[in-house]
Amino acid sequence: MQNDSSLLEVRNLHTHFFTKSGVVKAVDGVDFSVKPGETLGIVGESGSGKSITALSILGLIPSPPGRIVDGEVLFKGDNLLKKSPKEMRSIRGKEIAMVFQDPMTSLNPVLTVEKQMVETILTHEKLTRKQAFARALELLDLVGIPDAKNRIHNYPHEFSGGMRQRVMIAIALSCNPSLLIADEPTTALDVTIQAQILELFKKMQKELDMAIVMITHDLGVVAEVCDRVMVMYAGKPAEYTETTKLFDNGKHPYTLGLMHSIPKITEKRQKLEAITGMPPDLRSLPIGCSFAPRCKYAMESCLESDPLLKNVADGHAVRCFLHDDAFSKEESFNETIIGSEKS
Amino acid sequence: MRPLLEVKNLKKHFPIKGTSLFSRNKEMVKAVDGISFSIKHGETLGLVGESGCGKSTAGRSILKLTEPTEGQLIYKGEDITTFRGERMRKLRKEMQLIFQDPYASLNPRKTIEQIITEPMKIFEIEKATRTEKLNRLLDVVGLSSYHKSRYPHEFSGGQRQRIGIARSLALNPELVICDEPVSALDVSIQAQVINLLEELQEEFKLTYLFIAHDLSVIHHISDRVAVMYLGELVEIGDAVEVYESPKHPYTQALLSAVPKANPHQEKERIILKGDLPSPANPPKGCKFHTRCPFAEAICRSEKPNMKQVSLSGQMAACHFAKEVMN
Ligand SMILES: Nc1ncnc2c1ncn2[C@@H]1O[C@H](COP(=O)(O)OP(=O)(O)OP(=O)(O)O)[C@@H](O)[C@H]1O
Ligand SMILES: Nc1ncnc2c1ncn2[C@@H]1O[C@H](COP(=O)(O)OP(=O)(O)OP(=O)(O)O)[C@@H](O)[C@H]1O
Ligand code: SF4
Ligand code: SF4
Ligand SMILES: [Mg+2]
Ligand SMILES: [Mg+2]
Repeated sequence: MQNDSSLLEVRNLHTHFFTKSGVVKAVDGVDFSVKPGETLGIVGESGSGKSITALSILGLIPSPPGRIVDGEVLFKGDNLLKKSPKEMRSIRGKEIAMVFQDPMTSLNPVLTVEKQMVETILTHEKLTRKQAFARALELLDLVGIPDAKNRIHNYPHEFSGGMRQRVMIAIALSCNPSLLIADEPTTALDVTIQAQILELFKKMQKELDMAIVMITHDLGVVAEVCDRVMVMYAGKPAEYTETTKLFDNGKHPYTLGLMHSIPKITEKRQKLEAITGMPPDLRSLPIGCSFAPRCKYAMESCLESDPLLKNVADGHAVRCFLHDDAFSKEESFNETIIGSEKS
Repeated sequence: MRPLLEVKNLKKHFPIKGTSLFSRNKEMVKAVDGISFSIKHGETLGLVGESGCGKSTAGRSILKLTEPTEGQLIYKGEDITTFRGERMRKLRKEMQLIFQDPYASLNPRKTIEQIITEPMKIFEIEKATRTEKLNRLLDVVGLSSYHKSRYPHEFSGGQRQRIGIARSLALNPELVICDEPVSALDVSIQAQVINLLEELQEEFKLTYLFIAHDLSVIHHISDRVAVMYLGELVEIGDAVEVYESPKHPYTQALLSAVPKANPHQEKERIILKGDLPSPANPPKGCKFHTRCPFAEAICRSEKPNMKQVSLSGQMAACHFAKEVMN
């Protein structure tokens, strides 16, 4: 799925942490691409490497202990991994904006919201202070902060959890980036405001041809805004395809497990179906498929070697032996999976 | 039976600092503006509402992590509103909070082992018991023993949230206020943690005030549900009843807005018009009238009271919700 017209292309990314107790292979072979105006979703279990993938793209991996040991991050054709820290600073915020997963550590607690927003805007845009202030107010309005003209003078701790998250979003959008990386941007938001934020993203996307990498655990959000999705497990893509294909015809056992663990608004007080077992220790992954210890379909071959990400259909890649040599066997395997999942 | 906790007309107002020079009289953010409810022993009360409506402030005021402006808190029949110092400290053991923000609430200089065992140390629990409990807690929240010696920054967002949950449960509390405990977690871990909270509830007869904005999660876990809008409760009742026949227009709109994990499903939503008004300057009459599709003249002038709207005790604060006598 690599393409000349890509805005961002991540190739064979490996980011490891060299800790006293061993090497944590947080990201271990990730490939994906995003075109202008497109939204790519990254979903996956907690600890599977989603945030580290995002931080790697932006050159924000704490080093030591972290290091990008292999791979390329092509943005508009340029390898970002070759850029100097200074060059990266000017790309961040202006060309590529990020909404971080933890608003409190990325907002400065001792500066008012006004100060932080105005300073960011002034660093990247040629505006007067007054214009920057007006822009900041406008953005706070757009993300639904009531009474923004008074509340802009508050400190972050005087905002609610969801309000802080929206301030982060407002800051990220303030410089009209061509790529927005949003790490769990709506986790603290209720559905009405989430809908408003997703609409705002879509609108900016149309107006500016902005591309979005949306990291989320919410399959509802994926269904609503993403064109394509990468499902990650233990630092690697488990499945990579168009959103509709994933929902209609998801193939990786982990993907199917994810789909089954969503609480449904119509179900009450039954035990939720969780994927059993523990996430793997990224310092000593099993030799075979890293999902094998938790996979209901694991076969002997799964314990011996690690499957590769393979195309099972046009634009649909899966890393699983069940779907290797795809086209011919695909149908029958799919039936077994769906059949036994339901029982 | 006497409820475990009774909250009566609780209010928490914050002054808005740094407002412009021209506004002379100090404006107040009425974060919580007179809420009343009770929670029975062993029950889960879900608290839902839009971002900024006052859920976390309500939770923090009940634990007196922030001093309530007005109102009364009755715990096990005792008025704890004026408890201070040692008496409050003892109570803290029984009432715990799972924080909304897992980042800010973990000390970055302490290992996971230190973080989880610290509350037990403070209450002078023996070392052997502490270690046993630590291992059990790590196990139940899905972390491994090799995580013990690591520091918070070495964990992902969801892993940190689980550390916070383990810490809150360390002292066998009776009442746990869970402030968005699963919103930062992916669905499979969300399911694990919800199952875990339910198992612990059964095992230890825990009582939960469960704050969340995710209506599916609230529905799943709650026995009763309270819906909050701009610092006030607008509806409260049995979870099944509220979800099946919401009586307040705001609850109806909320329930219709839940996204479905299905890209083909057409969404039929009641879109609320207008923005959430400012809690510093809420609308007169019914606070919801600026966005309510059914608002009439009376809604702009008269504040509706909570009244019973079903025979089993569902209550709603709307002039047009049908009153039911029992
Ligand atoms: N500084 C660090 N030192 C050691 N390990 C780290 C460090 N930072 C992250 N990790 C590990 O890397 C793995 C990937 O972390 P990452 O933050 O990318 O997870 P994630 O997929 O974003 O999870 P979540 O959904 O919980 O946010 C985790 O197992 C985490 O423990
Ligand atoms: N320390 C404070 N000083 C001033 N205002 C505050 C303070 N804490 C909270 N507020 C305000 O009180 C209102 C309610 O905040 P609260 O955190 O209770 O909301 P919430 O319902 O938990 O929202 P969320 O779902 O976004 O977490 C908000 O307008 C918030 O800005
Ligand atoms: S390769 Fe084997 S263990 Fe891995 S997901 Fe597929 S069936 Fe399961
Ligand atoms: S009282 Fe009036 S404005 Fe308020 S919810 Fe009922 S109908 Fe709507
Ligand atoms: Mg993350
Ligand atoms: Mg909150």
